[in-house]
Formats: sequence, C-alpha cells, structure tokens
Amino acid sequence: MAVIRDMIPAFELFQPTTLQDALALLAEYGDEGWALAGGLDSFDWFKDRVKRPTAVVDLAGIESLRGVRPWGDGIEIGAMTTLTDVIENEDVQSRYGLLREAASHVATPQIRNAGTLGGNLCQDTRCWYYRSGWPCYRAGGNTCYASAREAMNREHCVMGARRCVAVNPSDVAPALIALDAQMVIAGRRGERVVDAEDFFIGPAIDITRMTVLKPGEVLTSVRIPPDYAGATFYFEKVRDRQSWDFALAAVATAMVTSGGNIQRARVAVNGVAPYPVRLENVERVVAGRPVSEETAEAGGAVATDGAKPLRHNDYKVALLENLVRRSLRGTEA
Amino acid sequence: MPTLLTAFPDFRQLSDRRGRPWRTSDRPSTPAPGSAHVGQGNGVVRLKVNGDVYEVGVPEHYTLLETLRYGIGLTGSKQGCDKGDCGACTVLADGHPILSCITPVWEAEAFEVRTVEGLADGTRPHPVQDEFDLNGAAQCGFCTPGILCSAVALLDRNQSPTRDEIREALSGNLCRCTGYTKIYDAVEAAAGRLREGAP
Repeated sequence: MAVIRDMIPAFELFQPTTLQDALALLAEYGDEGWALAGGLDSFDWFKDRVKRPTAVVDLAGIESLRGVRPWGDGIEIGAMTTLTDVIENEDVQSRYGLLREAASHVATPQIRNAGTLGGNLCQDTRCWYYRSGWPCYRAGGNTCYASAREAMNREHCVMGARRCVAVNPSDVAPALIALDAQMVIAGRRGERVVDAEDFFIGPAIDITRMTVLKPGEVLTSVRIPPDYAGATFYFEKVRDRQSWDFALAAVATAMVTSGGNIQRARVAVNGVAPYPVRLENVERVVAGRPVSEETAEAGGAVATDGAKPLRHNDYKVALLENLVRRSLRGTEA
Repeated sequence: MPTLLTAFPDFRQLSDRRGRPWRTSDRPSTPAPGSAHVGQGNGVVRLKVNGDVYEVGVPEHYTLLETLRYGIGLTGSKQGCDKGDCGACTVLADGHPILSCITPVWEAEAFEVRTVEGLADGTRPHPVQDEFDLNGAAQCGFCTPGILCSAVALLDRNQSPTRDEIREALSGNLCRCTGYTKIYDAVEAAAGRLREGAP
C-alpha cells in the first residue's frame, strides 16, 4: 500500500471531562502530551508529521471551558467556546463588537464552527520553514531560514524579531488586547491571570513558545472588563484572499470619545511581529486629541517606529501605517 | 429507523470513552480488523450518520473523515488536502458545517453527522442537488459534496440568502473548475424553490 504522507502518526486520545483530569494527563505526559482544542492547528502539525505527540488530550469534553458568562460588569468567555458561538453571542455583539469583527474574520465558516477562542489565541506561527519541519531556531535548531538572503519572507515580521522572524497569526488576539482583556491560565499549581498583552511572548523571551503558557498549562478563559464596552471600534484584516487566509497585517482599535475628543484609546496590531503588538506610542499621541484626519495622520506616523523590514516585506510598513491611520478616523471599517 | 452494526464485540466495552482517562496498558492491543493504519489502542466508536447508527472499530487517532470513508464506506465526503485547507470533507455536525478531516472521530459521538449521502429524501434529490444538476454547477465534482453540505446548512437557517451571504457560506469550499458563478446560481435557485415550499 502506498505511503500517504498526510496520515497522522498514531497517538493515544484522551477525552477528560474535568479540567483537573486534563491537567493531570498533561502533567503525566509532559513533552509527549498535546492539548487539543478545535484541531485546525494541531491536525496540521500531526498530518505533516512534524509534531508527533504520544498522547493527545482533547479538551472538547470539558463543559466548564465553554460558554460566555457575566464577569462583574464585563464578560468571561470560556477558552473552548467556538468562534461561531463568540460571534453569535448577544453580549459580544452589542458591547464588544471589536471581538465579534475579529472572530468573524477567522478562516472559514467550517473552521469557525469547530475552532475555539482559546485555540485561536494559542495557535503556533505559520512560518512555512518552521511548519515544514526545518530545524530553525524556533524548532530548537541554530538558524533562521526565513531571514536568509534568498529566503521568501513576504509574510514575515517587520518588528520584534530576535533570531526568529515569524509572526503571530491570531485575529482575535489584537482585539482582546485592545479591549484590555485578561487571560486565565490553569496549571497543576493553581490559577493565574495575565493581561492579554503579556500573554504573548516574543523570541527574546522564549523562542520556542508563542505564549506564556508553560508545558502542562491550559488557557481556561478570557475575561473582558467593561472599560471599553460599546466604545468606537475598528478592526481590519488585510490578506491575499478574502477568506481562509491568515493576516498580512491586522489592526484592532478601541477608542472612548467624548465631545469629539479621544479620551483614551487602545491600538493593537498583528501579523507584523512574533507577537501581537500594542502600539502604546500611537495611543499616547492620539489621547486627548480631537477625532480628525490630523490625529489619524499623527497616530499613523508613529505606528511603525523602529520597524525593520526584511527583503520581501517592506510593504508591511506602509500597510501598517495606513491601517492604523484608518483605524483612528472614528469610522467603522 | 434502520440500525447498521459493524461492531467488533471484543472492543465494545471501550465504546464509552468519554471522561475516562484510559491507559494503554488497560487496553487490548489487537488492531481493528481490516484497518490499514493501526494505532496503539483501538475501540468501537458509536456514530449517528444520516439517521443510522453505526458502531465501527477504529484506531483511536482516526478522524471522522477516515471513519466515514474507510470504516463505514460512505465515500461521498472527499479526502482532498486532508488537513483543513480545501473544504472537500465538509459534513454537518448537528446541522453546522465542519471539516471532518480534522475532527477526531471520538468527538463525533457527541453529535449527529449528516453527509452528502444524507441530503436526498429517499430517491428524490435535495433541491440544492437538483439545481446543481440543472445549472451545471458541478464539473469534476470533487468539491461538490462539501459544497452541497455547506449550502444545505445555509438554506436550513436562511431561505432568502443574498448573493454575498451565499458567497460567505461557501467561502470555506474550494472549487478549481467552475469559477463559482454557477454554484451561486444553483444555490439561489434552490433557495427560490425552498421558499415556494419544495421538499
């Protein structure tokens, strides 16, 4: 029988129904274990035979990780809530339209029906050198193929690089950073909560990880405070195709305005660095200014401070400036 | 309702796996009969597909698509890219389109599966299938089962979709032959027939 490359290497599948069981299994298997959410990122790895876990711990059976519930005056969304359920939730639609927009730009209807909020946040980078199993820095090797002279790096990063130039592909990540969300993480030693912008880490901190999740830890929910509920939102994702594709660059902006002035704003972008970037210099520049074309220009002008494009992706610098400028005009996408 | 059993009784005790942290050592190591790809552990998965109940012996890393095609013999759902890129394997889970090639088959015990084989009413094609025929919406036909499933899911919740809504609903299905125009025409025509009360 012919050898089919896209066949999954065998693994043991566990379907715990409680978080405690899942954490115990992940602790037991350590490096050999794998936490499975919606499966798009995971099965891509398995079927390419690049990642070969011994045990896959399927989180789908854990009901406590699903659903949207009130959290103080804000909301808490279970990490295993599907993106479709996030999009269709009334609270998300009426108060956190930014998250709705971002979630509805993820991939395709089929993938949003199975893909989860937590899975989208925790997914690995799409750098194809890395995804193809090349022994790059991120994979534990000693080189970066994507920044080599002859490399094809049109989709790679323009800021935040340290040896690795891959980008974070999540669409909902910048939206949650703009909404000042918090990530709830469970581990064997209990629970910890980190700000959305601190949840993602760059290669300078740990080149093999995209998030602060340590082996054996699980993202259990996302808490969104009421601070930016119903604010002026803007989300835009630029990609080569209008469906399915990952972002070349994406911007998520939340602005609280009063009397035509920007009281406070949070601006986050993704697809341009190994982690979603909160643009605090833009926020500082526009705070207190009137909503106007001049303010938007001023914000866009500082959006790419320190950007260092690679050979094939200098377009991302202009793209990012324009996206940030558009996001500050006070109009919907 | 007909019940089809293709069970291997030795494995039946493993069919209720949800919630049990199984260990390899607890399990029999005999491969599932007829299985070309054998994992370490095997079990009998119980699926509801197109109104029928199937019990199928599969390796535990099997996907829903592999079980449908190689375990049950429902080869309508296609194995295209087999990694969530093309949409040819689209099936309906409780009416929602999902990609069966990246769904672990054991998760499918929790919902009802509907495949392209289950769209027709007996020998009478679903209006979408009929209109695909009349509009010439299928050429090579490889993407057609997945597109039919996505289209039926759309029309089940919205019988008056706009052209943009149809495009969005089918945006997860790649077709390399038709250029999509005739597919959208067919879905629009089927929506019209459903609004007029076609079965």
